[in-house]
Amino acid sequence: MRNLVKWGATAMVCAGVVALAGQASAAEPIKIGAFLSATGPASFLGEPEKKTLEMYVEKMNKAGGVMGRKLELVVYDDGGAGDKASTFAKRLIESDKVDVLIGGSTTGTTMAAVPLVERAGIPFISLAGGVNIVEPVKKWVFKTPHTDRMAAEKVFGDMKKKGISKIALISEDAGFGKSGHDQSMLVVKNYGIEIVADEVYSPKDPDVTAQLTKIKNTPGVQAVFNFGFGQGPAIVTKNFKQLGMTVPLYQSHGVASKDYIKLAGEAAEGVRLPAAGLVVPDQLAATDPQKPVVTAFKKEYEAAFKSDVSTFAGHAYDGLQIFLAAAARAGSVDKEKVRDEIEKTSGYVGTGGLVSMTATDHMGLSLSAFHMVEIRKGDWVLSD
Amino acid sequence: MALLAIVVAAAPIGFTNSYFYDVGVNAMFNAIVCVGLNLLIGYAGQISLGHAGFFALGAYGSALLTTMYNVPPIGALTISALVVGLLAFVVGRPILKLKGHYLAMATLGIGIIIHIVLKTESKFTGGPDGMSLDNFKMLGFTVMGDRMWYWVAGVLLILAVWLALNLIDSPVGRALRAVHGSEVGAEVVGVDTSSYKVLVFVVSAVFASVVGSLFAHKNGFITPDIGSFFGSVHLVTMVVLGGMASVFGAVVGAVILTLLPQVLASVEQYEAMILGVIMMGTMIFMPKGLLPSLLAKLKSREAGR
Amino acid sequence: MFAAFLQYLFSGLTSGAIYALAGLGFAIIYNASHVINFAQGEFIMIGGMASATLVAAGVPMPLAIVLALLISMAVGVALEKFAIEPARNADVVTIIIITIGASIFLRGATQIILDKEFHSLPAFSGETPIGVMGATLMPQSLWVFAVAAVMIVGLWWFFNRTMFGKAMLATSHNRLAAQLVGVGVKKVLLASFALSALLGAVGGVVVTPITFTNYEAGIMLGLKGFSAAVLGGLGNGGGAIIGGLIVGIVEALASGYLSSAYKDAIAFVIILFVLFFMPNGLFGKRGTDRV
Repeated sequence: MRNLVKWGATAMVCAGVVALAGQASAAEPIKIGAFLSATGPASFLGEPEKKTLEMYVEKMNKAGGVMGRKLELVVYDDGGAGDKASTFAKRLIESDKVDVLIGGSTTGTTMAAVPLVERAGIPFISLAGGVNIVEPVKKWVFKTPHTDRMAAEKVFGDMKKKGISKIALISEDAGFGKSGHDQSMLVVKNYGIEIVADEVYSPKDPDVTAQLTKIKNTPGVQAVFNFGFGQGPAIVTKNFKQLGMTVPLYQSHGVASKDYIKLAGEAAEGVRLPAAGLVVPDQLAATDPQKPVVTAFKKEYEAAFKSDVSTFAGHAYDGLQIFLAAAARAGSVDKEKVRDEIEKTSGYVGTGGLVSMTATDHMGLSLSAFHMVEIRKGDWVLSD
Repeated sequence: MALLAIVVAAAPIGFTNSYFYDVGVNAMFNAIVCVGLNLLIGYAGQISLGHAGFFALGAYGSALLTTMYNVPPIGALTISALVVGLLAFVVGRPILKLKGHYLAMATLGIGIIIHIVLKTESKFTGGPDGMSLDNFKMLGFTVMGDRMWYWVAGVLLILAVWLALNLIDSPVGRALRAVHGSEVGAEVVGVDTSSYKVLVFVVSAVFASVVGSLFAHKNGFITPDIGSFFGSVHLVTMVVLGGMASVFGAVVGAVILTLLPQVLASVEQYEAMILGVIMMGTMIFMPKGLLPSLLAKLKSREAGR
Repeated sequence: MFAAFLQYLFSGLTSGAIYALAGLGFAIIYNASHVINFAQGEFIMIGGMASATLVAAGVPMPLAIVLALLISMAVGVALEKFAIEPARNADVVTIIIITIGASIFLRGATQIILDKEFHSLPAFSGETPIGVMGATLMPQSLWVFAVAAVMIVGLWWFFNRTMFGKAMLATSHNRLAAQLVGVGVKKVLLASFALSALLGAVGGVVVTPITFTNYEAGIMLGLKGFSAAVLGGLGNGGGAIIGGLIVGIVEALASGYLSSAYKDAIAFVIILFVLFFMPNGLFGKRGTDRV
């Protein structure tokens, strides 16, 4: 008798488990795979990106998920190395069977994953700047940040307005700066500007006064443009000030985080750079459609992490939102359908600007997404 | 040897998807480089902190020759290997006169110089953002997909091990061990030590270059990072961790250190700490490396019986 | 023209003094134990990170610096006790791997215990550049020079004038003989790690206002420090300093007159050439092989 009860109980438990399992499979989570450079030289891109994805996935799950399904996020840290990124991308696609890939914090890690993404056929939203990610257009590859070429164009446009025609370029020799340097060389002529000095430094150089002295002694330099991220631009800025150079100093969008101002200190006064609306939400015009989006994002991010928001966090936010919106429009996470819907993204208001993609434009941002910003009294001031 | 063949053949039973094959291929590629490097470090007793540079040269040689000059992949691989071999020969003579840490510094310098050149000459190499290349084609046959690469890598690994074992058992191998034991002693009894050292240096560099070429074709995209200082340190770690002067030890070390980051990826931020502890722990408790230490333990247990 | 040259020289001296401080730590440990400690850069990083974090948390700067030095020394002692000492009789390569493992571990730990962000310290005596014949120099660079000089003199005094220092030197020449005359070799090893951790941390503190720091800052400094120590001749403190200055100046002159993209490569080429002709570095002792 007692045995019978035991059996009965066991059977009931089993049935319950089966039922639960059945339910779970009915609403399988939407799997989002990300490979980011959370450590290594690009960690200040990857780290906020990772935090942002984690925060929003958790938040949406608390609110009941998307389309009645929970979100599941799988993140791997590629340390900024291309070969690692490629292996992790493969792992996400083959082993974790994710529905979408987000990531590649740098152009190198993104490009390393592109061949297998194209082969596997999975929507892939990159968070890196390089223009070669979306030019030429690759069927499955999209990106959210502005390209380095756009940053260069914005800066040259501003210089032209100020009547500057001879400039010096100083860039770091790692991925971001090198690519920015090459794009700058490509577009600078369109603005009637001539690069009369072209210098390079390594991201970890303790001192770049040698390169800057060379620039200082080059006749005719009317402005200096620095392309780089991390501590390098802060050292450039300090050395620039140390040498008593007085021409305008331009930085790229790579320094659009408060850390740069903190590190460079007073030397950063008067530095001009292109940046997304996210760094100056309060100064945007009330009619700017971006205003509510960036204000909310900044508030949420800063409340959650007690640290200043950077535009890089915004790239991850935009990537996630663009994917979720596309999935909602497609009504499923069918890879082909989601891809088509991402390509049809139109009028999405993100932290980076208005995004309208087409079959020939897998980024969908225009130059108007950038604002010229000047650093005054240790803060960003909108100046265009 | 037979055991290795069986392991290579049997491992895919546990592979449920092509990601596992991919990791398997990477592990075996690393193993081949390490078998070569182990000849230098383990048998000849000469350290090199620059072998990732040779690996990268092989990779970029293949990428450049196939994409820009339409050289067939096998030709590109051969030309790259020859060039790397020649380079190793030219720099090997003066460098291998150095000893210990000075040699480490010199090889490290060469690796870094190669890395800087690849990074800077973006007109050819695409700079830090990397460059892409095509599949490996030979005699109208295309190697693609992780499964096919797995078998190619497996066969090459067995070939490399066979070559290494033969080299060690040859007069050259005996001369090398004499160099390791006491260089002056070897010289006194008439061994042309520097020629032998250069020979091994060249052989190990060519191993790295060939694998680099194949790796480039397999991944379809390469960045200069593969030639960085860390790459070189990683390779040396594999050799030493697995067991110096043990061909199979190098294979074991390469496989473990390729798999470890994949296993640790799930612990995210603790990855570096755990990796560091494993490296320190292994070397403290098994200073001769994993395989030799384990074998010695087995033997002593049997003897005790 | 001369002003530009002077500026390159200042730039090189600033970088060079930083490399020299890093190289000095390598030299001390090598002297006592013939170990190359690839975690030396991490001592520098810990010094910088710990002091910057403490200052940011509101600890007065002098106290923060002292605490940071103590933390770094504790790490150095722990490293010797738990990782180097148990493997004392192992191969040179084995110990290299242990110290590389230690450096990976320390980076990982710092990134978790502290954070991944860049930190800075306020410059010790302001940020007004000093003009010298058309070139400029930051006061903090002078601090770096001064600290390097003080350390060299201090070390010379320690190794030549104190009993313990002499014992350490004796151990480096002949461990067995030193043991026979009653030198506690274990103690010497421990002291050498504590001392080089202290030196590293001091370096880390003085250079942070110039270069900033984060958990990965030790990699580059370790690499350059190793280059400096080898170029100068291993185990020679003065050699490490000169080696560091040479590397720094070569880099600065190369980026001034040749190519800034290849300045690191040029520095390494010069190191290679020196080693081809002087296989024991500039001031290294000529080694003899026992058969």
